[in-house]
Amino acid sequence: MNGVWEWFAWLNQAHGINLPVFYDSYDRQRFFAGLLTTLELSALSVVASVVIGLIGAWLLGTSSIIARRLVHGYVHAFRNTPPLIQLSFLYFAVGNLLPRLEGVGGSSRPLLDGFAWAVITLSLFGGSFNVEIFRSGIEAVPASTIEAAESLGFGRWRLYRHVVLPLALRICLPALSNNLVNLVKTSTLAYAIGVPELLYVSAQVWSDTMNVREMMNLLLVAYVGIVGVLSFGLRRLETALRVPGLGTVGGRI
Amino acid sequence: MLSRIAASLLFLLLTITTALAGVDDIKAIQAKGVLVVGVKADYRPWGFIDPSGAFVGMEIDMANEIAKRLGVRLEMVPVTTANRIEFLRQGRIDLILATMSDTPARRQAATVIDPPYYAGGTNILARKSMNFHRWQDLRGRRVCGLQGAYYNRPVAENWGAIIVAFPGVPEAYIDLLAGNCDAFVQDSSLIASTLVSDSAKWADFEMPMETFGEQAWVMAVSAANRDGTFATFLSRLSVEWHRTGHLIELEKNWGIPPSPFLKTMHEKS
Repeated sequence: MNGVWEWFAWLNQAHGINLPVFYDSYDRQRFFAGLLTTLELSALSVVASVVIGLIGAWLLGTSSIIARRLVHGYVHAFRNTPPLIQLSFLYFAVGNLLPRLEGVGGSSRPLLDGFAWAVITLSLFGGSFNVEIFRSGIEAVPASTIEAAESLGFGRWRLYRHVVLPLALRICLPALSNNLVNLVKTSTLAYAIGVPELLYVSAQVWSDTMNVREMMNLLLVAYVGIVGVLSFGLRRLETALRVPGLGTVGGRI
Repeated sequence: MLSRIAASLLFLLLTITTALAGVDDIKAIQAKGVLVVGVKADYRPWGFIDPSGAFVGMEIDMANEIAKRLGVRLEMVPVTTANRIEFLRQGRIDLILATMSDTPARRQAATVIDPPYYAGGTNILARKSMNFHRWQDLRGRRVCGLQGAYYNRPVAENWGAIIVAFPGVPEAYIDLLAGNCDAFVQDSSLIASTLVSDSAKWADFEMPMETFGEQAWVMAVSAANRDGTFATFLSRLSVEWHRTGHLIELEKNWGIPPSPFLKTMHEKS
């Protein structure tokens, strides 16, 4: 491994392409910690936002008017406001109203740190879109299919679980993929509340070494990689879930 | 219409030739009629925004003076610690006047104007009840900072502090006042000025450490114009400001505690 790091030191000396995040052990440690933070942040918010979307879309289909109003209110609040403002509001305003934990040497710790708030905000932001995406899928399930299931004696929950959701998921998967890819890219906003993710650590590195161009390119490559893996996985899921006669895969008819 | 095209072509030619010669960049600024300066918008009292929305502060006064002497209009662009050099490199601004400390890496990326107009070291702002005395006390503690500041790394590397850096000073202050950070690592001049400017708010706070790494604050112009007339002009102006005591006067006007650096520079010249 040392040989690889030394090659980057040579690249800097010979060609002036300065990537200290590979040859300087301190920069390397913080850059890869930042990469890990971005991966954790993305994974947690992708999963949580899908769960929020499923629950929200289910609640929209219930007969309780209160539940429907609440979901509508949530979707309007989080879909129609900028995520950067949500993040600042939740972290600086709401976060400071919560009870506190005891810290070392007479200090106190906030109940939730910046990372936790970033996961919460991104999940709620992504989830608000997911509610609408799942709703579009659910509404596209033909009424005749639902009637057929009902006549076979399916109850409300079993109907949702075994007929509506499996079909809806297949219909809305392309839209869901778009939103989840967007969510991963939105995770860079967490730099605003001091979460040491990729953009944050890269900015600190380029401030120390003045290698903006190299770091920008590295950031680009890193995000193309992360998003590439996610969209590859979603595409595989779409293929695996394919039901002959329902919809298309990857635009093929 | 035709004359306007001819005028812009002439201007373009003028810019290109001056860029090639790399000397008379003052003429280029005067030709476009505006001096674009990158300033801080959140660094009271050096560069900040007053309730009416205008840029004010000690550095803004300096920028105004420079534009007046060149006989051009002043345009100010808010910059941050992490983006100011890049703004200069891309030619979005002609001059950095934004609490920038002098470091070897920055000297390579830009033309730093000597002599410096100010100086400050690194210290922390912390609650008195924290009982911080030595830099070693910060090990494992959550310390707020500013994104892009050069001292974040030594404080984390040498003393094991966990730096949580924000894009601007106000966010870090909110976190510090709420108790989410145990300290705020910053330029000692800013801390000293904060402690006196709003004494009621900061009554429980102190600047407890021994200031380390005194760094000069410098103006900077594009690296390409190292031998340009603008750099020479600014350098002469800085000398003049030290000699006449203009900087000490500005410092006093803005309620900044007297800096030993300005006093020494004034006495030397």
